Amino acid sequence: MKYTEAVRLRGLRVVRGGREILHSVDVSVAAGTITGLLGPSGSGKTTLLRCLVGVQVIASGTVEVLGTPAGDPTLRRRVGYVTQAPSVYLDLSVRENLQYFAAVLRAPASDIDTVIAEVGLGPYASDVVNRLSGGQQARVSLATALLGAPELLVLDEPTVGLDPVLRRDLWTLFGQLAASGVTLIISSHVMEEAGHCQQLVLLRDGAILACDTPDALRRQTGADDMDEVFLRLIEAT
Amino acid sequence: MSRAITLATARRVLNQLRRDPRTIALLLVVPALLLSLLRWLLTNQRANFDHIGAPVLAIFPFVAMFVVTSVATLRERTTGTLERLLTMPLNKLDLLFGYSLAFGAVAVVQVGVCAALALGPLGLQIAGAGWLLFVVGVLDALLGMALGLFLSAFARTEFQAVQFMPAIVFPQLLLCGLLTPRSSMDAALRAVSDVLPLTYAIDAMQRVTRSSGFNHQIGIDLLVVCATAVAALILGAITLRRRTA
Repeated sequence: MKYTEAVRLRGLRVVRGGREILHSVDVSVAAGTITGLLGPSGSGKTTLLRCLVGVQVIASGTVEVLGTPAGDPTLRRRVGYVTQAPSVYLDLSVRENLQYFAAVLRAPASDIDTVIAEVGLGPYASDVVNRLSGGQQARVSLATALLGAPELLVLDEPTVGLDPVLRRDLWTLFGQLAASGVTLIISSHVMEEAGHCQQLVLLRDGAILACDTPDALRRQTGADDMDEVFLRLIEAT
Repeated sequence: MSRAITLATARRVLNQLRRDPRTIALLLVVPALLLSLLRWLLTNQRANFDHIGAPVLAIFPFVAMFVVTSVATLRERTTGTLERLLTMPLNKLDLLFGYSLAFGAVAVVQVGVCAALALGPLGLQIAGAGWLLFVVGVLDALLGMALGLFLSAFARTEFQAVQFMPAIVFPQLLLCGLLTPRSSMDAALRAVSDVLPLTYAIDAMQRVTRSSGFNHQIGIDLLVVCATAVAALILGAITLRRRTA
């Protein structure tokens, strides 16, 4: 690894339809950590993640990912991205989806069974995706992002609508990935998930409200529960 | 460009189609039924059937491919799979050529069924060779496919994509020289007809109907058809943007 900061945003501004969505955002993310991007719906979480994977037109500022400007062709194999809505082929089976994306990523064929097992879809590998539940479809989309051992995973609300057992299993998987050196940036509007992250970025109305470890934020606000931390931070501004 | 990714894309598109047997049936059976209907309609006008049979045979696959590909690519845009692919190491032409290969394979079967039916049971008489009828038919279908791929970029919903059929295809049908000979058209209409790609597709079929063997006029027609298809694919690649607002 040639970088210590997996992500480095400086003065990032995004304007869409004449409205500024992100106002001069600065964020740094250490390699091999899990960062939670928390904030209410409409706070700009998805836009920020889109900047990281280089699909968002930005108004100004710099976005560096794995030591390279975001959107650089060399990053296309090193960054895995999961959108909020499952972006997989609904009319293909789980395995057919992964076979196709593995071919595009030039990932080894052995990855396919590994990622199916990692997201717990083994028994459904031959099922056509549109017959699966919403949570299962989301996991197919997640499995796709795991192909080819990416160094950075950008996950937009990956645990929405999953039952508690599955949520726990996925957070265990995310922890294992981080331990093996993968950097994860995970957005969520469920504040309790903050406990799984080493760093939290709290976003509100397109601006960073706070960026620190969960413990530091709890100490700073004197609140225990993340919802309460968020409220106190808003009141303090 | 990567041959492996192009082939994987073609295989993926065909797999998706395989899951939709009703669309396959519609693609293969409807043109055949329509040709049979035309033959029945012209039972006592054999000469007329021989005259328009080949051009009509080219129109059905052209229209079918236009609609199917424009909806298929639009679906790729609206479900987010296109955005995901564009964050991956995939050349845009890998995707478009993959689509072309898959739908080209469908066109081969579709035109093959139509040509075999027309020249066999329906007794279509043409001066040119049967294989040429087949080749022109497949190239015309590929033209429809390429135009559908390109124009789907301008549709936001499937409703809009389907409406492109009357908007883009019907004027070409009216002006291609099948309803009324191009020589008797108003000069302005003829000038428009000159720049519409279907004109050349139909002209090639009319030449296969009238003259035996391959002549340079058919060659020019097919060159225009192929060049337009390739241009539409390249323009289609330009409309795929990795970075959006």
